[in-house]
Amino acid sequence: MSETTLPDLAHALESEISIHGHADTNTGATNAKLGMWVFLSSECLFFGGFIAAYLLYKGRIVSGPTPHDVYNIPFTSVTSFILLMSSLTMVLALASIQRGDHRRFRIWLFATALFGTVFIGGQIYEFTEFYREGLSLSENVFGSSFFVLTGLHGAHVTAGIIWLLTLWGMSMQNKLHVQNSERVEIAGLYWHFVDVVWIVIFTVVYLIPK
Amino acid sequence: MKELKIGRRAYRLPTAAFIAGFSIFLGSCSNENGQNSLSPKGPAAQTINNLFIPVLIVAILIGIAIIAATFYVALRFRHREGRLDNPKQIHGNSMLEIGWTIVPALILAVIAVPTVSTIFALAERPTGPDVLVVDASGKQWWWQFELGKQPMVPSNIVTSTELHIPVNTKVLVRLHSDNAIHSFWIPELAGKKDVMPARTNEVVLEASAPGTFLGACAEYCGLSHADMRMRVIASSMADWEAWRDDQIGGPAQAYTGEVAQLTGATYGCTNCHIFDKSTKTNYGPNLTHLASRTTFAGGTYELNRENLTRWVMNAPSMIAMQAKDCRLPPPATCVGMPSFTKNTPKGQPVMTQSDADAIVSYLLGET
Amino acid sequence: MTTTIEKVIVAPEEPRQSVLRRPKETTGVWSWFTTVDHKKIAILYGATALIFFVIAGIEALLIRLQLAGPNGSVLTASQYNTLFTMHGTTMVFLVGMPLAVAFGNYLIPLQIGARDVAFPRLNMFGFWVFLFGGLFLYSGFFLGGAPNGGWFGYTPLTSAPMDAGFLPGRGPDFWTIGLIMLGVGSVTSGLNFVITIINMRAPGMTLMRMPVFVWMMLVVAFLTVFAIPCVTAALIMVFFDRNFSTNFFVAAQGGDPLLYQHLFWLFGHPEVYILILPGMGIVSEILPVFARKPLFGYSVIVFSGIAIGFLGWGVWAHHMFATGLGPVAVSAFSLATLLIAIPTGVKIFNWLGTVWGGSVRLKTPMLFALGFIAMFTLGGLSGVTHAIVPADTQQTDTYYVVAHFHYVLFGGLVFAIFGGFAYWWPKVFGKMLNEKMGKITFWFMLIGFNMTFFPMHFLGLQGQPRRTYTYASNMGWDKLNLLVTVGGFIIALSVAVFLVNVIVTTVKGEVAPEDPWDARTLEWSIPSPVPEYNFAKVPQVKARDDFWHRKYTEDDQGRLVLRPSDSADYKGAVEERVDGHDIHLPSPSYYPLVVTLGMPVLAYAAVFKEPLLVIPGVLLLLFGIYAWAIEPGTEEH
Repeated sequence: MSETTLPDLAHALESEISIHGHADTNTGATNAKLGMWVFLSSECLFFGGFIAAYLLYKGRIVSGPTPHDVYNIPFTSVTSFILLMSSLTMVLALASIQRGDHRRFRIWLFATALFGTVFIGGQIYEFTEFYREGLSLSENVFGSSFFVLTGLHGAHVTAGIIWLLTLWGMSMQNKLHVQNSERVEIAGLYWHFVDVVWIVIFTVVYLIPK
Repeated sequence: MKELKIGRRAYRLPTAAFIAGFSIFLGSCSNENGQNSLSPKGPAAQTINNLFIPVLIVAILIGIAIIAATFYVALRFRHREGRLDNPKQIHGNSMLEIGWTIVPALILAVIAVPTVSTIFALAERPTGPDVLVVDASGKQWWWQFELGKQPMVPSNIVTSTELHIPVNTKVLVRLHSDNAIHSFWIPELAGKKDVMPARTNEVVLEASAPGTFLGACAEYCGLSHADMRMRVIASSMADWEAWRDDQIGGPAQAYTGEVAQLTGATYGCTNCHIFDKSTKTNYGPNLTHLASRTTFAGGTYELNRENLTRWVMNAPSMIAMQAKDCRLPPPATCVGMPSFTKNTPKGQPVMTQSDADAIVSYLLGET
Repeated sequence: MTTTIEKVIVAPEEPRQSVLRRPKETTGVWSWFTTVDHKKIAILYGATALIFFVIAGIEALLIRLQLAGPNGSVLTASQYNTLFTMHGTTMVFLVGMPLAVAFGNYLIPLQIGARDVAFPRLNMFGFWVFLFGGLFLYSGFFLGGAPNGGWFGYTPLTSAPMDAGFLPGRGPDFWTIGLIMLGVGSVTSGLNFVITIINMRAPGMTLMRMPVFVWMMLVVAFLTVFAIPCVTAALIMVFFDRNFSTNFFVAAQGGDPLLYQHLFWLFGHPEVYILILPGMGIVSEILPVFARKPLFGYSVIVFSGIAIGFLGWGVWAHHMFATGLGPVAVSAFSLATLLIAIPTGVKIFNWLGTVWGGSVRLKTPMLFALGFIAMFTLGGLSGVTHAIVPADTQQTDTYYVVAHFHYVLFGGLVFAIFGGFAYWWPKVFGKMLNEKMGKITFWFMLIGFNMTFFPMHFLGLQGQPRRTYTYASNMGWDKLNLLVTVGGFIIALSVAVFLVNVIVTTVKGEVAPEDPWDARTLEWSIPSPVPEYNFAKVPQVKARDDFWHRKYTEDDQGRLVLRPSDSADYKGAVEERVDGHDIHLPSPSYYPLVVTLGMPVLAYAAVFKEPLLVIPGVLLLLFGIYAWAIEPGTEEH
């Protein structure tokens, strides 16, 4: 049997719960990690569609509020900064679990989820404010493309928060270890992606004037 | 020897197919149905055809060659009992492969040059006092044509389904839609152009000789898209001017008395239609000069008393339509015309035969 | 040795955890609901897609009955619009793509020497989403309106609110939500294929040794992953416009219906290659086997496939030549479209070069492959006439276009699929399909196909627009339309013969040998039907067409020489079936089904705007995903 069994194949089958640091797939990266990369590249085109719609429409507002009327750049800058910080805490969380430091891992992971929640809270506040100022989904093309784009991003952040909290709960039950820390790494990839998308949205949607 | 025979047989089939195919092709050129893109009757359609036919012939020849080659390799190299079964293992041939990359590339490059120049030629926009400008609007599901005031037209004319143009005159058709996307297409005069909400496209028509050229909406636009047809009637300048003057004039009969009562207060036709003034548009077709048209209902029915009476009484039985509260004035949403004899809303009268006869008589200009 | 495996496979620190008791059965009816075996999933995909193929065929026949003569009265306008919408939607999303996934699922692991795909449970999830997405779309027939806005669903026709009256019923709602759902399934299977091919090849299976089918599926998988999100974005906008009064496509508010067309065709054109490249892959497998020669210019065929994949992103606007893009943009897309004809043409010549000088066996698979070359070429050539933009303004939205893409997709994909059925049937089911019935299928299909679609070229040029439920009697289209309808029924006959063939051979067919065609690729080096574990010994690949080279060598003139089976260098025997008990395989799971069940619930919630349904839908999804995530891929023994 000796040379006949193929460690890489057997391992690859297993990779949905893959083991950190041990990857003898063809590329050296585990299936799960590569899979997340491919998924995120697919997501780029998804957000690209909505960002394109927003850019196309922001100069075509027939009636109702314009971006200039409703945006509160200082406020959004703060929430954006908080979201950006959550990427930092995510990195720290991953580094902790890879070192086997579970206490710090839980703190940083929880902080990440918390920052994400603050961001979502800010978005809810912002949406309510805009709505109060007369910008609704149906008011004009700006309202439609703005709310749908940022709303879908918010949904992604929310999914990420649920994911992080699930990992946190698993860690509290001692189910996360150095060996399966790739779970955390993959969640981190997703989280960083969502942050990067926000940086693009913040720049393109909020900062670039007409 | 046997091989040779196979070879000859392999050629016979495609030859027969070619002759058969080509005769069908010639046959289709001669289909004088008024809507045949292979039978151009104006400069734009002619230009397109002059570009298309040579490309088509090249394509047909290449197609025949590939099909023949497929038959040939299949039959010529077919394994037969008793023959050696050890073909030479050829993995490729770079020169050959480069060759059959470059040759098609060259053919395509040759095709590309006239294509691009024709694209730009057809995009040229005619201007000047001798250009007739028409605003065509795609509706659900009929065409409205509006000839605005311009050097050739002293007063606004609104008509539908049938567009009259003078021969050898460039007609710039501006295309509008406030509903779905349609596509304006008179194959014998020009290629199609989509009729888009949010933008105004243009197409240039010109007929080289008098005639009736059929067209149709060529973009799926909902329930009765198939019934959204139209025709362009090209006539000599003198005939066209006579038509124009007739359109500018009022209706054949005075729009008063019983007919005005029936089409107004009784059945509410005037919510969507105009009966006495050809200069104005409304939600439905302008009917002032309906009698001057040969077809109606999106060009799907011949205009005669019998058809029109059926239509006035129960249009949805002739063309599928979605008419709900159409007896109310716009902006009540409504697509198409309601039935005046079936499913009558509460409190509204059912149309009688004699009422319908009276309305039809007025529309047809008869007494 | 097993110890190494153990070390690799088991994450011992991970405690046993599962919400439901893990299913164990790998045989029996229930096992089909919980399986994660790529071969079983492939069969599920194939069988379901075939059922949808028959349904779409019946829809097409109804359409043809209506159009057999002028002023037809078989269908109403509304019924006709629904049928052509569902025929197109079904053929693209429920037949073409899933059939390719079926072949890919079965063959990719076998051809690269793997025991399964990268994500077995995700694979099953993809199937369930496809099945429920299809059922959801068709449930519209019973729940207030099947889709009726065309398979392309142009706005503002589809995005106008229901009470605008352009399209009766809830058709566009079912359509947008159904397609979003199917898109999720397609992306997961595309992602799975990408990772499987990139990461799970057997030792020695370098990229340039991969069978062409695997190469083409890699391109297809990438195209799927990148194209689907574009249309998903567009569909979300349509749904919001229709149900939440957004203004994405409302012209009066500054919205632009052209945005939809750009997004749709940015997906839609790569989609064309998603449909045809698997066919090209299948044909590239069949031709060398039945000509007993290697593929002529392997690398050129591979690179032209990749080139098509890339160029496919730069030609989308050739679906929009009549929309008024302006001469500059139109010229650019015209040139790009002409350009893409080059790699396509190269493939055709290389295929002919493969057969040239071979020792050709005209078995059913080969007939279909040759039919593919000829018919696909005609479709490609009429495609070139579309690139001639001025001519396209006469052809687009007429029956000429209908002829064109049926030559590409029926003459191309469907011919390849039926060739693939005949070729791989013995490997999958262990029974040979009847050769005589196979040939009857081919000739009926070839004749019926040409009778159906060739006259459409003329009808289109003579001015018959597509998507019209009726035409007048004085247009001179009657005879050709009748011919087309008769042709359609001949195609139906050919499919019927195929189905009879399947039933008859399943009941009392000849048992297939392991390598009935004397084939070249790895899947033929293992028993038929393929054992659950695929390869008892994972192959060490030394060459392209590895299995062939274990059987044959070349003499000094390059001619084929059989290695004597008793010689030392002969390794061409098919692997023995073993007791695969100690081979670790992914374990069955309930959760792909559980997660998927949440999706139709949410879909109905969206269509009927029923917030109460959202709660069970989300709960099912969250529960399923969580349970899935903590369930290990493979149970330890």
